[in-house]
Amino acid sequence: MADAKGVLVIGEAAGGQLDASAKELLAHGRKLADSLGEPLSIAILGDNLGGAPKEAIAFGADRVYAVSDPVLKEPQPEAYLAALTALAKEQSPKVIVAAKTPLGVNVGPRLAFRLETGLAQDCLEVKIDGNKKLVANRPVFGGNCMVSVACDSLPMMAVIRLKTAEPLPRNDSRSGEIVPVNPRLDPSVVKAKVIKRVEEKQEGKRLEDAEVIVSGGRGLGGPEPFQKELKELADLLGGVVSSSRAAVDIGWVPYSYQVGLTGKSVAPNLYIAVGISGASQHMAGLSGAKNIVAINKDANANIFKESRFGVVGEWQKVVPALIQAIRELK
Amino acid sequence: MPLNIVAMVKQVLDPEVPVSAYRIDRQKKRVEIDPTKKIAPVINGFDETAVEAALRIREAGHDVKITVLSAGASFVTDVMKKALSMGSDEMVLVQDPALEGVSDSTVTARVLAGAIKKLSPFDLIIAGRQASDWDNAQVPLGLAELLGVPCIPVTRKVEIQNGDVVCERVIPNGYEVVSAPLPAVVTVSNELGQPRYPTMRNIMAAARKKPQTWTLADLGITDLATKLTMLDLFIPEKQSKCEIIQGDDNNPVDAARKLALRLRETKLV
Ligand SMILES: Cc1cc2nc3c(=O)[nH]c(=O)nc-3n(C[C@H](O)[C@H](O)[C@H](O)COP(=O)(O)OP(=O)(O)OC[C@H]3O[C@@H](n4cnc5c(N)ncnc54)[C@H](O)[C@@H]3O)c2cc1C
Repeated sequence: MADAKGVLVIGEAAGGQLDASAKELLAHGRKLADSLGEPLSIAILGDNLGGAPKEAIAFGADRVYAVSDPVLKEPQPEAYLAALTALAKEQSPKVIVAAKTPLGVNVGPRLAFRLETGLAQDCLEVKIDGNKKLVANRPVFGGNCMVSVACDSLPMMAVIRLKTAEPLPRNDSRSGEIVPVNPRLDPSVVKAKVIKRVEEKQEGKRLEDAEVIVSGGRGLGGPEPFQKELKELADLLGGVVSSSRAAVDIGWVPYSYQVGLTGKSVAPNLYIAVGISGASQHMAGLSGAKNIVAINKDANANIFKESRFGVVGEWQKVVPALIQAIRELK
Repeated sequence: MPLNIVAMVKQVLDPEVPVSAYRIDRQKKRVEIDPTKKIAPVINGFDETAVEAALRIREAGHDVKITVLSAGASFVTDVMKKALSMGSDEMVLVQDPALEGVSDSTVTARVLAGAIKKLSPFDLIIAGRQASDWDNAQVPLGLAELLGVPCIPVTRKVEIQNGDVVCERVIPNGYEVVSAPLPAVVTVSNELGQPRYPTMRNIMAAARKKPQTWTLADLGITDLATKLTMLDLFIPEKQSKCEIIQGDDNNPVDAARKLALRLRETKLV
């Protein structure tokens, strides 16, 4: 692959619209492509891509591989893998990046193994170094440490954590090329079949998009405060309620609430952590949070080291008083 | 013929160890623990969940043989034995000094694939979703690719139905039911539930079992070439800039009121 060229983003789309994760990836990809001085491509897969290819150009792509096939109707990882392996072999990109989504973390590493190359997992930052190598910074040991790794084989691959880049401003007058690809997939490539998908209807805003989040941990002592005090505070601020893994493991709230390394990455302007100790694995979901406020009875809790404002005290006293004080200010 | 289940287990630094006890060797790019602290390693939490998932398949009435498999430079036998004393049948350790400090998923997957081929036949490989040291979440996926079998990652329920593995896969706002023919690889997440504590009876049974130990030479593996180079390993500096808001006479209600005012002043509410 001596003539490998360009950066390829694995973009996700649903209902004919580009996913937020793909817009973030295009922002990362644009920087990489510009420092290589080479084009930025995106592969979008599905059975009906609608306006997604055009959107991708508006968000920074130079070329869109619009890969459509009936087998790609559902996001079946093995169908994606078959189509992407063929595309990568044909186009030989220098760099391939995917997002840390359920699909990206499944397809990215497997694609790397199929292409006999390496992949940097769960990266916060990616750049091209002086030797034109992809260099990635990624947290390890639950976020307690960081490593910087260089990719030594082509294509150089990375999975990038969500909320680590702002999408570029949409520019509908950007020009780019849309290349239709018909991989003619054999449906039998899909061995692991999705039989059923059960998604809880979320009321209100998605955690990932929320500007204000009120989050609770083991210190809340039970499920009720999530429905009562935390929800009241969140409603007052136009926000959403989330949790630590401890609260999920005990069964107080469903997994969809979990923020952290193995939960969601969020990027609110205000994150109020109540009864959360601030373990590195929890903080891993908060790299994009702009202002953290901690309410914890233990003055030595790590969460205070990572917060802008803190109140040392029992939430049972602090939170109701905070709700009332904010009401009075409004 | 019983169903052959391989539970993948890794010995890791206890993730509960505070970062203040970490000693980073920036040259060798290794995390070590202050030796005066005498902190034992543990089995990766998600891997205990993998053993739990295998045991639940047995309890669902299937005739299974559970083999625990691990690779590393050295093991603390008492730590690793927990996987046996939870109720597994056998343990195979790929132990080789050449694996010291290996954190490259492609290498680990190649070694484990070699061991699994030597162990064969296998029906189901269950692994934790990621190891809490390098947080790479790639080895099981790589194993599936190297062995040419399907893979269902990040599940919270693993069942055998009519010769297929049927899993509930965790997705951000719910779950998917995914089915794959055997042989297959699945990974499990903590949502599967608490791994069991070993019973006295199983601890005694495990004490009598001797893990089989293989070297890389036994597997015919000589090539440990990596695909990534670690340039640096460090503990990120964090400067605490927290403004602790105190109430008059340490009154928490007053502190909350002052917090509300500061949030207003800084336009956060
Ligand atoms: C591989 C791996 C992945 C992980 N992934 C995640 C993840 O994605 N997300 C995540 O959150 N965790 C994750 N964890 C777990 C993480 O290490 C912590 O165990 C977890 O975040 C702790 O949750 P917590 O802060 O709610 O509980 P604790 O650590 O028990 O903290 C509870 C806090 O509440 C305070 N408190 C108690 N009572 C009160 C009161 N009345 N008023 C005020 N404060 C009070 C205490 O002082 C304490 O600080 C992971 C762990 C591993 C090993």
